[in-house]
Amino acid sequence: MESLTLFVLVLDSTLRLSAPLLLAALAGLFSERSGIIDIGLEGKMLGAAFAAAATAALTGSPWAGLAAGIVASVLLALVHGYACITHRGNQVVSGVALNILVSGLSAVLGIAWFAEGGRTPQLSAEARFLPLEWPGAAALREVPVVGSLYGELLSGHNLIVYLAFLAVPAVVFVLYRTRFGLRLRAAGENPESVDTAGISVPGLRYRAVLCTGVACGLAGTYLSLAQSAGFIRDMTAGKGYIALAALIFGKWRPVPAMLACLLFGFLEAVAIRLQGADVPGVGQVPVQLVQALPYILTVVLLAGFIGRAIPPRALGLPYVKER
Amino acid sequence: MTTIATGPAAGLPRWAVLALLPLLNLLAAFAVSGLVVLLIGEDPWRVVRILLWGAFGFEEAIGYTLFYATNFIFTGLAVAVAFHCGLFNIGGEGQAYIGGLGVALVCLHLDFLPFALIVPAAVVGAALFGAAWAFVPAFLQAYRGSHVVITTIMFNFIAAALMVYLLVNVMSEPGSMQPETRAFPPHARLPFVHEILATLGIEVAASPLNLSFVWALLCSAFVWLFIWHTGAGYRLRTVGFSPPAALYGGISPARQVVVAMLVSGALAGCMSLNELMGVQHRLLLEFSAGYGFAGIAVALMGRGHPAGIVLASLLFGALYQGGAELSFEIPRITRDMVVVIQGLVILFAGALEYLFVPALRAALLRRSAS
Repeated sequence: MESLTLFVLVLDSTLRLSAPLLLAALAGLFSERSGIIDIGLEGKMLGAAFAAAATAALTGSPWAGLAAGIVASVLLALVHGYACITHRGNQVVSGVALNILVSGLSAVLGIAWFAEGGRTPQLSAEARFLPLEWPGAAALREVPVVGSLYGELLSGHNLIVYLAFLAVPAVVFVLYRTRFGLRLRAAGENPESVDTAGISVPGLRYRAVLCTGVACGLAGTYLSLAQSAGFIRDMTAGKGYIALAALIFGKWRPVPAMLACLLFGFLEAVAIRLQGADVPGVGQVPVQLVQALPYILTVVLLAGFIGRAIPPRALGLPYVKER
Repeated sequence: MTTIATGPAAGLPRWAVLALLPLLNLLAAFAVSGLVVLLIGEDPWRVVRILLWGAFGFEEAIGYTLFYATNFIFTGLAVAVAFHCGLFNIGGEGQAYIGGLGVALVCLHLDFLPFALIVPAAVVGAALFGAAWAFVPAFLQAYRGSHVVITTIMFNFIAAALMVYLLVNVMSEPGSMQPETRAFPPHARLPFVHEILATLGIEVAASPLNLSFVWALLCSAFVWLFIWHTGAGYRLRTVGFSPPAALYGGISPARQVVVAMLVSGALAGCMSLNELMGVQHRLLLEFSAGYGFAGIAVALMGRGHPAGIVLASLLFGALYQGGAELSFEIPRITRDMVVVIQGLVILFAGALEYLFVPALRAALLRRSAS
């Protein structure tokens, strides 16, 4: 019983911790499947987290915060698009630029506007996305196994967590069952064929980075309005890069990317549990090793030792219509 | 009039592309930064005045400006060498961090060596550890086809985790809760420039500027010689220009990728000499914070040429030092403003490099035609 409770608790925080990774990974999926490298997931999330927290602090409404978060992230995505699609700039350079820009800008604006050393004011419960209690969860809690699975694991998350996991089948449908999805994938593999069919490659890629912006906006808003009660400097702390790693780990496909996010979220949850704890038979496991595992696993995958991660063929190549 | 032959700037005179275009990009970055200052309700011109005064207005400030510039020269050169081989090394951050581990191991465990030997040993340690940290991503790019951008990002995070582990569990002073090593012995510290000048009878204000500034300038000269005046540099640039052409000419692109990344990692590693052996005199957490990424801005601004990189480093050194003064004068604006400018410089000088080419072309070529 004891171990089941622990297991459910770890899985519960796995869901919580992997939700922002999942949203960001799905965001990256749109951009990268259309042929635009997105190193800037981190920056877009951070920008969204700041805009959402600042707006929620001023208006007291989580919905206004969410809208602001999405707008901020979409604007950043459009700057990325303008540099990479319109001006055919280096996509990696543009992503790095936006990450650094947002890291500085969120601190500068936060300090100037709120004078709390880069934090936004602590948000009250009404201004946040709170856990949603499912019907009957409290009544079922006493029932063994089913109660804890239903009451702890499924119920009691906030709206954005459910949204993140519902987004997976939606993305699968859009990507593999709609005309837009087909064209998007074609733009990332063989943009000439899209062009030959009379469809604008830049137009498609702009729509793809818009989708990226919206999903990153959700991910960033989750961090500052659901997971925490406000914005803290550099609160993404590498989550955008872990999401990118998960996207690569999932070989640029939605369901495997979700599994990678769950794995990385699980590792994070375990790392928190392991802090200073003794594992029977092993002794103290260095927390840093568990924290570094997502990165190490991704490198091992990229090295071709566990399967092969083949990126979209036209990834990173600006499209030139005529030479 | 020599003109640029290929690329988006084809047909424009060389001087315009090498000097005017970066200047325009820089001005655009500054203009947007000015808008940010306006947005938070301060006077941009006042900010510029404080920045300039803070960076160059007094002796100590100039020392600090050059001290920060030293870090930027190392990381800027590191990014530039990889660029010449067509590689984007985002891992300068991690390589500098691990380079610091090499410096600390030499300074703490080879402390029986005299000053004249421990300094070169530490330089080797910094370069070797930095290069080693770049080797795995390089090897994977060259022989396993995994993209160096992604692997170097991953290695930055792995380096951060490794250093926390080492400093908390292995290398910290026994009995101390601080995640840092014991202090380096006095003969394992680089002399400050004001100390050296004092022995020559020249009095200047004390600043953290130390001997590694000279090493940074020497490295700039070495990189210039290496890239443009050696066979290895020629092969490296050939691969950067066109891997198939290199292969056709009997040059192995895979080998050059590894060489470029090793040199790049070694240069990034040397940044730790300035911070650790020069000022901190111990290994501590996050001493490389941000300098690796700033190297990207420096290399782009300097157009990959060591002379340009030294100039761009001076600019960023001045911004860093001026930014510190800025937060004293206007507490509402912190040094984070400099990070904003950095990001904008990378955006305009890097990703939007050719934004002003159509305008330049219209302005210059119309006049020469008439």
